Amino acid sequence: MTGSQPTDVAGFSVPGRSRGLLDVFGYRYLLRLLVRKGILTRYHGSVLGWTWSYVKPAAQFIVFYLVFGIFLDLNRGIPGFPVYLFSGIIVINLFNEAFSNATKSIVDNAPLVKKIFLPRELFPVATVIVAFVHFLPQVLILLLVCLWVGWAPTWIGIAGILLGALIVVIISTGLGLLFGAVNVSFRDAQNFVELVLLFATWTSPVLYSWTMVRDTVPAWVLEIYMLNPLTAAVELFHEGFWLPTISEAVERPDSLWLNAFLALGLAIVLLFVGQFAFRRLEGRFAQDL
Amino acid sequence: MPKTSELTGVPRIVVNDIRKTFVLRHTHSFKEAFIAWLRRKKLTTVFSALDDVSFTIGEGESVALLGYNGSGKSTLLKLISGVLRPNGGMVLTRGRVAGLIEVGAGFHPDLSGRENVYLNAAILGMTRKEVDANFDRIVEFAEIGEFIDTEVKHYSSGMFVRLAFSVAIHTELDILLVDEVLAVGDAPFREKCKAKIAELSSQNKTMLVVSHDLDMVAELCQRGIVLERGRKVYDGDVKTAIGEMISRGSSK
Ligand SMILES: Nc1ncnc2c1ncn2[C@@H]1O[C@H](COP(=O)(O)OP(=O)(O)OP(=O)(O)O)[C@@H](O)[C@H]1O
Ligand SMILES: [Mg+2]
Repeated sequence: MTGSQPTDVAGFSVPGRSRGLLDVFGYRYLLRLLVRKGILTRYHGSVLGWTWSYVKPAAQFIVFYLVFGIFLDLNRGIPGFPVYLFSGIIVINLFNEAFSNATKSIVDNAPLVKKIFLPRELFPVATVIVAFVHFLPQVLILLLVCLWVGWAPTWIGIAGILLGALIVVIISTGLGLLFGAVNVSFRDAQNFVELVLLFATWTSPVLYSWTMVRDTVPAWVLEIYMLNPLTAAVELFHEGFWLPTISEAVERPDSLWLNAFLALGLAIVLLFVGQFAFRRLEGRFAQDL
Repeated sequence: MPKTSELTGVPRIVVNDIRKTFVLRHTHSFKEAFIAWLRRKKLTTVFSALDDVSFTIGEGESVALLGYNGSGKSTLLKLISGVLRPNGGMVLTRGRVAGLIEVGAGFHPDLSGRENVYLNAAILGMTRKEVDANFDRIVEFAEIGEFIDTEVKHYSSGMFVRLAFSVAIHTELDILLVDEVLAVGDAPFREKCKAKIAELSSQNKTMLVVSHDLDMVAELCQRGIVLERGRKVYDGDVKTAIGEMISRGSSK
């Protein structure tokens, strides 16, 4: 026995019962192999392989930089715009990748879900971890650029980066559990998520500065805007990567850290909601797939 | 009543008044659903795949689950392995269950045989140590030799099944659920699988076998349970069970 199933009557267990996310820790070895599989098969059959993990964000960066930095002239409005831009993009990329893959994870693993009993939370969790691994090369590039333009890291900035990444990982796990479970019976979920992700880049201060939002919308809209956990995560990355590289004085959001902890709280709530919905729907996975 | 008279000690599998129903949807889009609703046609029907099935299987027993197509055999195995959940009744198992519901379910075509062995063994609940210790035996049993480092998508379907079966059969287990998997593979390999299953049986492992190969079932099992449209209609000696199933089939 893996010792993970609750025991009923003296050594007997009810097949198919799990403790949800907690069981994922009991299956660490399998989780590791699933992550490994995700990493190994990701660029399978491509010559460039993991180079694509660098090429894609680089291309994205160039396009946004040309359009927003040069054509729309944000280069002048936001000092150190390239670093500003890239540190936001990678946060959104992490979220998009983790959330959309987690949403599809149950359906993608249909043969396993239908034939063998495993804590099914393993699949969304594994895809989020793969997305995180995929995010690391992008951080590396950003780090090199930052060092090149004279980055002097601060402890508080590094804490901000870690907190931002943690918020994004937790939110995408929570949402991934929720939408991944719904996606089994209603493939609409997957399309809906794609729609949501389309907005993600634009509803947080990635391509522009938060002050532009403040200057145009009423106070309560700004309030909502700042409460978006992705906004908090992006601002934390700006705080950690971008701020130490510029010498100009810039306006920072008033309650950056308060919002960050609110976002963390919201992320944890979402994780519980996702897990709850997942457990409610899990009983139908094997028969509906 | 479950046959408990000949059991010694604590049972391995207890199935008590189990019920499983499936909801069959007749419409697959909003438009169809709307038209059906306008015409007052039913959108769904409830189909009962298993109805009040009870039995107990003791330690070391090999039991054949018999019945014609659609009688609910695979559904029952899935309930015992925990993949499906019953709508009523209760299933209890004791010990590690390895389900050969479908071998190779976790195989990824782009990974090598070796990677797949490790992945699948972990899926079936083996620890890393157990796989390392059994790896050579798994490959040897599958007889795929130098192909172990080739991607699984380049395997012949027989080779694929051999490797998958070999992984499953080498897991540490107390209860083995086998569904149809022996139908594949060539004759020598089938003989080998049969021998392996007989060996497990002699090691006091508990087995529940579904197969349409009646000769093999009669050879491997002592007891037979016959299902007919989701109901248990016979439980007893395997030879009698086979006769019962055939006579019921021909009298339809
Ligand atoms: N997920 C599902 N949704 C709806 N109906 C299902 C589902 N799974 C099984 N059934 C139905 O339940 C019945 C029993 O199926 P099951 O697969 O258990 O049969 P079986 O005895 O294994 O048959 P076979 O000998 O062909 O393998 C069938 O009528 C099947 O259509
Ligand atoms: Mg079947």
